[in-house]
Amino acid sequence: MPNSNSTLISMQGISKAFPGVQALAQVDFTLYSGEIHALMGENGTGKSTLIKVLTGVERPDAGVITLNGQKIQVKSPLHAQELGISPVYQEINLCPNLTVAENILLGREPRRFNSIDWRKLNQKARQILQRLDIEVEVTQSLGMYPVAIQQMVAIARALEISARVLILDEPTSSLSAHETTKLFQVMRKLKSEGMGIIFITHFINQVYEISDRTTVLRNGKLVGTFETAALPRLELISKMIGKEITAFEDMSRFKQQSDHQTEQAPLLEARKLGHSGVVSPFDLDLHAGEVVGFAGLLGSGRTETARLLFGADKPDHGSLSLAGKMVKKFSPCASILRGIALCPEDRKADGIVPDLTVRENIVLALQASRGWFQFLSQKKQYEIANHYIKLLNISTPSADQLVKNLSGGNQQKVILARWLATNPRVLILDEPTRGIDVGAKAEIQKLVLELAEEGRACVFISSELEEVLRISHRIVVMRDREKVAELSGSNMDEKTVMQAIAGS
Amino acid sequence: MSQTDSLWRRLSGYNLFWPIIALLLIMLFNLFFMPNFFKIEIKDGHLFGSLIDILNRGAPLMLLAIGMTMVIATAGVDLSVGAVIAISGAMAAVLINPALGKELITSDKLIENVTFTPLWLVIVLGLLVSILCGLWNGLLVSRANIQPMVATLVLMVAGRGVAQLITNAQIITIYYSPYFFIGNGYILGLPFTFYIVAAVFLLAWAITRKTALGLFVESVGINSRSSFLSGINEKNVKLMAYTFCGLCAGIAGLIISSNVKSADANNAGLWSELDAILAVVIGGTLMTGGRFSLAGSVLGALIIQSVTTTIYSFGVPPEVVLVVKAAVVLAVVLLYSEQVKGALNNLFERKGVQP
Repeated sequence: MPNSNSTLISMQGISKAFPGVQALAQVDFTLYSGEIHALMGENGTGKSTLIKVLTGVERPDAGVITLNGQKIQVKSPLHAQELGISPVYQEINLCPNLTVAENILLGREPRRFNSIDWRKLNQKARQILQRLDIEVEVTQSLGMYPVAIQQMVAIARALEISARVLILDEPTSSLSAHETTKLFQVMRKLKSEGMGIIFITHFINQVYEISDRTTVLRNGKLVGTFETAALPRLELISKMIGKEITAFEDMSRFKQQSDHQTEQAPLLEARKLGHSGVVSPFDLDLHAGEVVGFAGLLGSGRTETARLLFGADKPDHGSLSLAGKMVKKFSPCASILRGIALCPEDRKADGIVPDLTVRENIVLALQASRGWFQFLSQKKQYEIANHYIKLLNISTPSADQLVKNLSGGNQQKVILARWLATNPRVLILDEPTRGIDVGAKAEIQKLVLELAEEGRACVFISSELEEVLRISHRIVVMRDREKVAELSGSNMDEKTVMQAIAGS
Repeated sequence: MSQTDSLWRRLSGYNLFWPIIALLLIMLFNLFFMPNFFKIEIKDGHLFGSLIDILNRGAPLMLLAIGMTMVIATAGVDLSVGAVIAISGAMAAVLINPALGKELITSDKLIENVTFTPLWLVIVLGLLVSILCGLWNGLLVSRANIQPMVATLVLMVAGRGVAQLITNAQIITIYYSPYFFIGNGYILGLPFTFYIVAAVFLLAWAITRKTALGLFVESVGINSRSSFLSGINEKNVKLMAYTFCGLCAGIAGLIISSNVKSADANNAGLWSELDAILAVVIGGTLMTGGRFSLAGSVLGALIIQSVTTTIYSFGVPPEVVLVVKAAVVLAVVLLYSEQVKGALNNLFERKGVQP
């Protein structure tokens, strides 16, 4: 590692607030030349905001950035590139219908007599790619190559801007194992040339494979920067997940009956259910009256599993049966009629219909299951809506308020109401408490337990381990799109779950 | 003062407020500058006058606007309605007066006041072919997942070709007088087209507001992913919308061919898709989909037709007609801009604060 100790970038006391959120609070971050620095944290912890500040997309409210010891103010992404800071984003920002060479040198084409010197352009592109040990025909259009190569081309483009700092945002999420190895070779080569690389990923294994140091963010705050090799996996996980100390009601009374429940025949039975490339085949039993928690990091396959159980995606492996009956038709509508409900993870994109009223949002799934012609009358709709507004304590001026005007927690309750209105036997909740305030969180947790007590089977998916531990009768642990453990009874403690998540 | 303020707020918040204002402004203009505009005479037991003319001439556009509203509400658009007008008109004309026949038809036979196909079958087949066009659009959009604008562009271009194939690339003149009733007939003094529009409007209103379809259409238009996850078959909802839009265009095609007593594959309904989209937008339905107003779209169509009629009866030279129309449309659309609305609201509020 040449001059591994020289500080390339130093960010001190960076703060950034968006309306309603403190995205970054007094975060420090340093990057040495010749190091690969992993930036870790669950979603919404400020990773991307930090990168945006560094690349000039956002202006920090406070804080100082220095590059090679000189104070800089990054004015725009273009300015960042001029300074030698180049991001390569997860969604590749290239033009698939242009050639590889054009993509690398777009906007900086070598010119001759006022027109582009194509020979020189292609030659230059080849040189850059050689530096990365990649052999592709630069005159082919980029779209013909696999994603991995496109990723490399994106990196090549960043290098051409003579980057000193390379930022890789989730570069491996769409790559196969082999392609990832190739990418890592390139990263090591660049590192040995003295470049500083910021590496953002959700894959724990990759952090340990490639990175020298790791910075962990949580809730917009810096948890710390660590030598990766000296940081045990378990500790890394616990630093990422954190512990939220909040006063919750004692929920133990709900959890007593868990043991004898499992002796009954399961309500929902999955056998070798899976979808190749998405979730490895898994077995799962759900019993009436229990809450099964899904633990695992983001991207570990929890959401995909939920979608398979609900029938939003079709499995290509195994079988699913509900109350002894084999499920043949996989579609949301069929699932609702069967009595399965899914509160999706992404409330904004998959959950609410923002410009419809609270009432319409609540009756949506019930109406969908009744079809076009058995239309619920206005009166009936108001009845249902008002019932759930009261039951779930949704704070809205009226049932006619547009859902987009409610707070996150109340939106979540509206979606819960939508599913409760269909009277499901199996309720799958994917991150029902994300991004909502503590009070609403406790209410939703309590509600889930009450629903289980009524004899429904609940699946509770959450990134917050404490929450999963608190309300689940059993816990299924997912890692790298695979079910790796199922814990119940006395096995269910923080340490065991974390070990299962970390895979150590 | 505060009472007038709140009245203004309440009125301007009402979703048909702006289309009504726009229509009133046009009528006001006519009141001052065209004394004969509001005159309605009775000739042969029929009502005559500019207002009746607007209703009659505007019928195809109102029908298109109703169909287009459904499509736009699902966050789509249908550019092919003009071509579908040509197709259904061509179909009807050919059935009445077959130009495709193998035997040589002499010209004296062509101008006979008879039809080669029963009238009811002419209408049914004319509408059927337009329903098929709508289904085609709907399948491309919902099943093949092609962007609505691109998917319907196919039929917009190809449809005129289809219509030309049907008519053998000729303008077919229709001589069968019972067919003329569709576009020119009167019942109880009002044009027959008025009853057609009313019937289609009521049908559209009933299937969207008396069944769950309206809710589904709006839900799909706002967020199709969460609609799917809520169990709505969003593909069929879109299919339905495009099919209905095709049917509306087909009815408009029959009216137009009946009105001008011929089928012109090249010019029937030319550019009418753009007028239809404009009518929907003026009516207050957003191009991004979601909440829709059928009544608003019909009002929008009436506004466009009133402008056209006003311009023609005002004697504006033909070369500037389009410019004048554009200016009026610009004014109407500006009324919709949030910025302008905000400015207007401020204006009224400031007046309210003054002592």
